[in-house]
Amino acid sequence: MADTTFDIIFLGAGPGGYVTAIRAAQLGMKTAVVEGEHLGGICLNWGCIPTKALLRTAEIFHTMHRAAEFGLSVKEITFDVKKVVERSRAVAKQLSTGVGYLLKKNKVTVFDGYGRLDGAGKVRVEKDGKGIADLAAKHIVLATGARARSLPGLEPDGKLVWTYKEAMVPEVMPKSILVVGSGAIGIEFASFFRDFGAEVTVVEVLPRVLPVEDEEISDFAGKAFEKQGMKILTSATVTGLKKAKGGVTATVEAGGKSTQVRVERVILAVGIVGNVENLGLEGTKVKVDKSHIVIDEWSRTGEPGVYAIGDVTGPPWLAHKASHEGVICVEKIAGVPGLHPLDKSRIPGCTYCRPQVASIGLTEKQAVAQGHAVKVGRFPFMGNGKAIALGEPEGLVKTVFDAATGELLGAHMVGAEVTELIQGFAVAKTLETTEAELMHAIFPHPTLSEMMHESVLDAYGRAIHF
Amino acid sequence: MPIQILMPALSPTMTEGTLAKWLKKEGDAVDSGDVIAEIETDKATMELEVIDEGVLGRILVAEGTTGVRVNQTIALLLEEGEDASALDAAAAAPPPAPQQTPAPGSAPPAAPQQTPPPAAPRPTPSAPPGTPAPRAAAQGRRVFASPLARRLAGEAGLDLAAVPGTGPHGRIVKSDIEAAVAGGVAAPAAAPVAAPAVTAEQATTAIPNTTMRKVIAARLSQSKRDIPHFYLTIDCRMDALLDVRRELNANAPEGEGSYKLSLNDFIIRATALALRQVPAANATWTDDAILRYDRIDVSIAVATPGGLITPVIRDADNKGLLVLSREMNDLAARAREGKLLPEEYQGGGFTISNLGMYGIKEFAAIINPPQSCILAVGAGTQRPVVKDGALAVATVMSCTLAVDHRSVDGAVGAEFLAAFKRLVEAPLTMLL
Repeated sequence: MADTTFDIIFLGAGPGGYVTAIRAAQLGMKTAVVEGEHLGGICLNWGCIPTKALLRTAEIFHTMHRAAEFGLSVKEITFDVKKVVERSRAVAKQLSTGVGYLLKKNKVTVFDGYGRLDGAGKVRVEKDGKGIADLAAKHIVLATGARARSLPGLEPDGKLVWTYKEAMVPEVMPKSILVVGSGAIGIEFASFFRDFGAEVTVVEVLPRVLPVEDEEISDFAGKAFEKQGMKILTSATVTGLKKAKGGVTATVEAGGKSTQVRVERVILAVGIVGNVENLGLEGTKVKVDKSHIVIDEWSRTGEPGVYAIGDVTGPPWLAHKASHEGVICVEKIAGVPGLHPLDKSRIPGCTYCRPQVASIGLTEKQAVAQGHAVKVGRFPFMGNGKAIALGEPEGLVKTVFDAATGELLGAHMVGAEVTELIQGFAVAKTLETTEAELMHAIFPHPTLSEMMHESVLDAYGRAIHF
Repeated sequence: MPIQILMPALSPTMTEGTLAKWLKKEGDAVDSGDVIAEIETDKATMELEVIDEGVLGRILVAEGTTGVRVNQTIALLLEEGEDASALDAAAAAPPPAPQQTPAPGSAPPAAPQQTPPPAAPRPTPSAPPGTPAPRAAAQGRRVFASPLARRLAGEAGLDLAAVPGTGPHGRIVKSDIEAAVAGGVAAPAAAPVAAPAVTAEQATTAIPNTTMRKVIAARLSQSKRDIPHFYLTIDCRMDALLDVRRELNANAPEGEGSYKLSLNDFIIRATALALRQVPAANATWTDDAILRYDRIDVSIAVATPGGLITPVIRDADNKGLLVLSREMNDLAARAREGKLLPEEYQGGGFTISNLGMYGIKEFAAIINPPQSCILAVGAGTQRPVVKDGALAVATVMSCTLAVDHRSVDGAVGAEFLAAFKRLVEAPLTMLL
């Protein structure tokens, strides 16, 4: 008979659940994870990681088309969708297996099934509708994640109308695609399919693509996408999808006018909803608001001993937010001193489209709206030696400072490899640097990171190379 | 090689001070014994004399600089025949051995030897026992704070050392400063602009806090917060003492040798003798032991323009009224000029605070840590008393003893006051 009493149980083994479970085990708690599908969750299996594998293929494919620029010649550039997808799946599988090892190494017990609350301090684990285990723990953490949202009239069918999941494993490369929604997920798929030659139309209900990003950055990215041949319809909504053999006719309304867009496939990326069903929340004090579990600053729900972390608690829907939120949650439970609640202004966000977009903190507009007098610095990729050498002269690094205190309020970037650069500003924000330390930091030459330095200098009128 | 002039240590515990003022400028010729600068410490302004002669070649620390570390080179003195080119090399050189440190102005070289070290450990005001960590930082140790927190603290006029840090390893972060500014409670040394009661609408004039002000704020906050005070009040009839005083003063010689004994001089004498009878009141609490002072050193609170200071009369029980009076007059005068030497106000086992001359009838004082007792002396006024079953008029003085209950119990405090009262009411016994 397996042990069924734990200090802490996690429902869900995504980047929230599994990372936090390991941290809980490190803190000496007897820990269990209940996962019904796959270790690593959506992120590792159907999200962040497999899409990065696909986008890497797209990037190389695109660069191969630029071979002549670099003095190379390639006779014939072709692709095999099946193999592209196979690689992506292999990457996901490798990492998911790795999570299993990590949990085992940290003595975290894994239950293969779906967990639900079953009275105070109790969890029932079910597999295929049958109860397989009854567990007990003082602390239960809901880390069940989220799934794609569907809108009335815009329901996915898995064949012609896809969610991220089908879009990740295409059997053939569609010739035309309509992407509904231009957040990170929608734009990454738009970018992927465009690089493989599909006619891509993006419909965004708000006035600009990547609407959570700084206005200047999303305008820059939007123009780059259009230059690549993407059709971008902003302030527009898809009001209907008419399916026919081999394709879909979408009705798009914009500015009071209605147009028909005919495509082979539609990808729905209109946001996500929390997985709050079948968790046994009924009759508990756990509150759910618009499909998300309501928590306090330490991830506590209304029910004593029940916590929630990650996507199921609401935006930003990011793996690293889930992990960090979870770590704070269990460290608080363990009584680790010196803890601060998660500061959402310190969570970087990355979008792996081409060009890449990365940001942290307040946009210029948000900073002004919050009453900050701001100093804004900008530095274009065109002024950076490494960017020119890489053949990536398009991009922008923007920094926003509080004029009075020199606090780095936000950083916003678009261009090659910016997703790897943003961590520098994340460290800066967490250490609470002002412009002075960033100016004194020595950035290695020649790197793209020099643009971060120059952007800071520019905010104070001191940029050197532009 | 130019002579390096170092920041002097004006007391054994001094780690840093403020370079208050330069009295000579670069290029001025100086002679041995010339006062070239004023150094401000916790409580006093000291004159800095040079030992050597030469030309003040370069000033390395500008006047008004706070937190200048002891033994830091503050200026370079060119010896005869040296020219200014020697200055650049010397500025980078390590400081010479500490014995070349110039002596503080008015301190006679033998001063430390004239004051034998006390037998019992005598904690100094700058290192009270049980000092919390943030206070230790104020003595020159590094305060860990984020760059943004430092800047915000500077703008808010907050003393970082007084802000509790909640970041990793107690690092002070932005939210700590915001909390300190909003709450005020966490920042005893906060400037008036940061105090919670001051709103944007109220016009204020900021009076920047001197080092002395900050020390008073920090130490008295700590005292009132950490020491379990209790208070005992006693009335003393003063008529006999006033008669003795009148008689003694009437017999004072003219010219040299003249004196005028004050009421306060008698109170110091009575206190010292009472402490001899009740030595338990002359003590300090520490976590491991109560330290009872072997000597009777009495601190006297003196109001100065910069704030309160407590010069110490050493071995007060062995000094007669005349010596006490002269010493007290000298200490008080120099305290008001900010010219006390650190050893003249550090230490002491018991404090007297007298507000009688302001007409205060009675009051309760805050204990002067690390001591255990402070005697608050009110005005001697004519009051109705019952004498032999009938109402009569007598001059009565109320004295309130504030006591640290950790080290001194109520009975001991009462015993001390009773002894004090006996001496004051029968002044001739002070002759014994």
